[in-house]
Amino acid sequence: MSTVTPNPNECLMALYEERHEIEDYQKGVPRWCPGCGDNAILTAVQRLCRDQNLRPERTVFVSGIGCSSRLPHYMNTYGFHSLHGRALPVAEGIKMSRPELDVFVNMGDGDCCSIGAAHWIHAIRYNMNLTIMLHDNQIYGLTKKQMSPTSPLGLKSNTSPRGAYLEALNPLTVTLGVQNVSFVAQTVDWNPELLYQVLSAAYRHKGFSFVRIVQRCPEWLPKMMDPWMQDASKVLLLQHPDGVTLSPESSRLFNNQEAHDPSDIDRAREIASDIDPIPVGVLYRNPEVPCYEEVRHDPHLRTSAFVQHGLEAEFDKFTVWPEEPEAPKSHRKQTRK
Amino acid sequence: MIETQEKSGLQKKKAPQSGAKGPKRVTKLHEHIIEIISDSGEGAQRCGQSLGAIAARMGYGIWTIEIIPAEIRPPARSVAGASGNRIRIGEGQVTNGGNETDLVVAFNEQVLLGRVRSGQLKPGCLILLEDKWRQDPDPAIVASYVETYGQLVKAGFRVLEIPMEVECLKHVRDARKGKNMFALGVLCSIYSLDLQVAKDQIALTFGKKAESVIQANIELLLAGFEWAEASLDFKYAIPCKRPTEAQIVVNGNTALALGVLASGMEVCAMYPITPATSASHYLAEAFEKVGGVLHQAEDEIAACAFAVGASYAGKCAVTITSGPGYSLKQEVIGLAVMAEIPLVIVNVQRGGPSTGQPTKVEQGDMLCAVFGSHGDAPKVVLAPATIEECFYCVITARKIAETFRMPVVVLSDANLATSQSPFPRPAFDVAWFAPPIDQTPAPAGAKPYAWDPETGLSQRFIPGQAGGTHTLTGLAHDENSHVAYDPEINQRSLRARSLKLAALQKTLLPPPVFGDPEGDLLVIGWGSTKGAIEEAVAGLRKEGHRISSVHFSFIQPLPPGVKEILGRFKHHVAVEVNWSDDPNDALIDETNRRYTALAMMLRSRYLVDIDCWSEVKGQPLRPAKIREVLMKKLEEVEA
Repeated sequence: MSTVTPNPNECLMALYEERHEIEDYQKGVPRWCPGCGDNAILTAVQRLCRDQNLRPERTVFVSGIGCSSRLPHYMNTYGFHSLHGRALPVAEGIKMSRPELDVFVNMGDGDCCSIGAAHWIHAIRYNMNLTIMLHDNQIYGLTKKQMSPTSPLGLKSNTSPRGAYLEALNPLTVTLGVQNVSFVAQTVDWNPELLYQVLSAAYRHKGFSFVRIVQRCPEWLPKMMDPWMQDASKVLLLQHPDGVTLSPESSRLFNNQEAHDPSDIDRAREIASDIDPIPVGVLYRNPEVPCYEEVRHDPHLRTSAFVQHGLEAEFDKFTVWPEEPEAPKSHRKQTRK
Repeated sequence: MIETQEKSGLQKKKAPQSGAKGPKRVTKLHEHIIEIISDSGEGAQRCGQSLGAIAARMGYGIWTIEIIPAEIRPPARSVAGASGNRIRIGEGQVTNGGNETDLVVAFNEQVLLGRVRSGQLKPGCLILLEDKWRQDPDPAIVASYVETYGQLVKAGFRVLEIPMEVECLKHVRDARKGKNMFALGVLCSIYSLDLQVAKDQIALTFGKKAESVIQANIELLLAGFEWAEASLDFKYAIPCKRPTEAQIVVNGNTALALGVLASGMEVCAMYPITPATSASHYLAEAFEKVGGVLHQAEDEIAACAFAVGASYAGKCAVTITSGPGYSLKQEVIGLAVMAEIPLVIVNVQRGGPSTGQPTKVEQGDMLCAVFGSHGDAPKVVLAPATIEECFYCVITARKIAETFRMPVVVLSDANLATSQSPFPRPAFDVAWFAPPIDQTPAPAGAKPYAWDPETGLSQRFIPGQAGGTHTLTGLAHDENSHVAYDPEINQRSLRARSLKLAALQKTLLPPPVFGDPEGDLLVIGWGSTKGAIEEAVAGLRKEGHRISSVHFSFIQPLPPGVKEILGRFKHHVAVEVNWSDDPNDALIDETNRRYTALAMMLRSRYLVDIDCWSEVKGQPLRPAKIREVLMKKLEEVEA
């Protein structure tokens, strides 16, 4: 057998991976309504992929069902457009099996907070290294204007013609209330720089990175977000070196700011409970929470010989050996005195 | 209180005398059915399991069935709380739990009542009954004991009172923890079992515990044995041959779990549900030693979706559940059908619908396995018929799932799940193990659903594979996995997914006919009823009836050659543990009758007038009952 001596130049070359451009991540023409926040999210995500130079074949976008969940179809990566509410367990199965993949999850507010609420709560507990985008436009879009769990009290919709009768569910306080929470952020679709920076911080965080994106639905709630878009004082920008810091130019758009340390969970909960002004930026970040895939993943290389060895040991536990002829010694040793 | 037996009008036999000395009466038998029952927590389960294992090690054919109450700790001395084991020991191969019980060891009189009332005990059955209740300080207990004892004797049972507690207290302080091994010793004496094998078995069973625990249990075993030798005047002798090859003794759930290991699967996602859970208990212990992951999800839907995600990412994945959990998984199973993701779903059927009878036997999920999920969702359905098949069918299921990119449902049931019967130790075959998925870069223009026009098959690309990027979807899609509402595409893609079943069917063999290939009556079955049906058919054949049986392990697709097999018999009857209307009911006629599941499938597919008989009492079918039904049918046929 000959030995191959590595060529030092080739080894060096391998360090310089192929650079990807934004077009490498683009696929098809999005069929969202003009002005839909999903377009902004798609653009931010593609920029993030480019800047992190993610390899398209090692990147997976998993989604549920709804307008938001069409996003994987417009990414030239691997994707899985699954079922209403079930994106998280599908993504968990993928990440558990292949921790080396970059896995993103796109969900709508009904998807995550209503039909998928159980999966959401438990996904926070599992804390797998996933980047979660909750596209929250506070209304069901694809099924045509029904109220969502995040619809504000009094919102008129096709299923609440006299106004939504319950207080809205706050995805931030819910997430922050679960033991094991490791990353919670909020952003808006209409500020591209903020959107990008928050998604980028979420991607870089190792763990279940939950980002709620407050998003416009130009079709069913065209004026809903106007107060926040028009009055900068109704938005609170959280800046911190451990969270996000916007450029001075972008930062100037926010006259309401706080230097919030994302390791402070008590303050994060206070901020999250407030919906006026709505906080944007990283609310909470704890890199110390163990990831489920690391706690559970077995590093053994599974060859057939390895499995055979384990299987034979299991068989031995349940084997009744004949008296004659002699069974193989290796097996007898473990079962007989 | 015990009316069923009183009506039998059997002669009361004289109970054997205690304290008998001298030569014993030895009765030679071909087989015997033994029950050991106690309150939950008194160890009758372990006694029964050990008895079965000892008998198996000596070369007897055995079939053991668990007797489990629905509650974890039912009140002591309660009718519903009976917990234990039923062991059929025979000189040859034993393929099912058999008929009624011949001998019972009972730790109190109350646990017997449920067994008696539900007709589990043979008329004249010998009962070895703990007698300490006669001297109980509570007069109510004494009264209950005396009354029940009297009724049992009156009903024709041969009740022999034995001083279990008194004898155990000579060796241990807490008799509650020792009676089971004492009882085992008594049974070793009665059935002339090898004491050395029994000691070895105890050492194996308590292997993880301290040496003193093993010694204490062996002491009790010997105490029981010696007491029986000195005090009982009878023994039973069943001939047996030492086995010539190594045998595995496990229940069906453990066999399924071993199949999961052997097939090279890497992910099992589940949510606890009876009676499927014990398979995952076993995997939780064993799976991770070979690099697998057992994931307990937050619910059944998540478990199935997790398995789908793992499979999509290139791992072999299985999800194990039972009826109600299977219902919940149907949504994700439909996704696996549509997105063509390999997936093995094990459904250990229980009594239903709804939460039904969690610990009882039923074969009620066939139609929802074949036609379930929504829309037209073609998938493969297999049904193991024996403990051994529980092992091999998981390997087969995985292979089919991966080759055909589709979900494969394995329908076991509560009868197989908790029963034990030895089968030859499998020799590891590297072909069982999943080969690595081809991850070489996909050629330019490769399509994720390049459906072969002849078979419907297509190559799958998994994340990480260069050139194969695509987005799978549960929406209607074209060959590129693009969402498509083209008028032709749904029809074309559904054809491809359905064609895979036909392609698989072409690789199968016709099912073997048990008995002559032609005759008057063909009995048709599937799943765990095989042993009982074949025992009944074999008996009738010996008496000269032209009867045979056929058993299906592939439910969807059905194997080839079925029409020919059906055509060689004049009459057909399906025997199943799911509902069929009784044609003699007042409101029922041939135009509104509901048929058992397999009968209905075969009738519709082969246009053959297949009759059916079923019983949904939550118990495994008994050969004697099947025989009685078939006799009646034969009388009509032969007339």
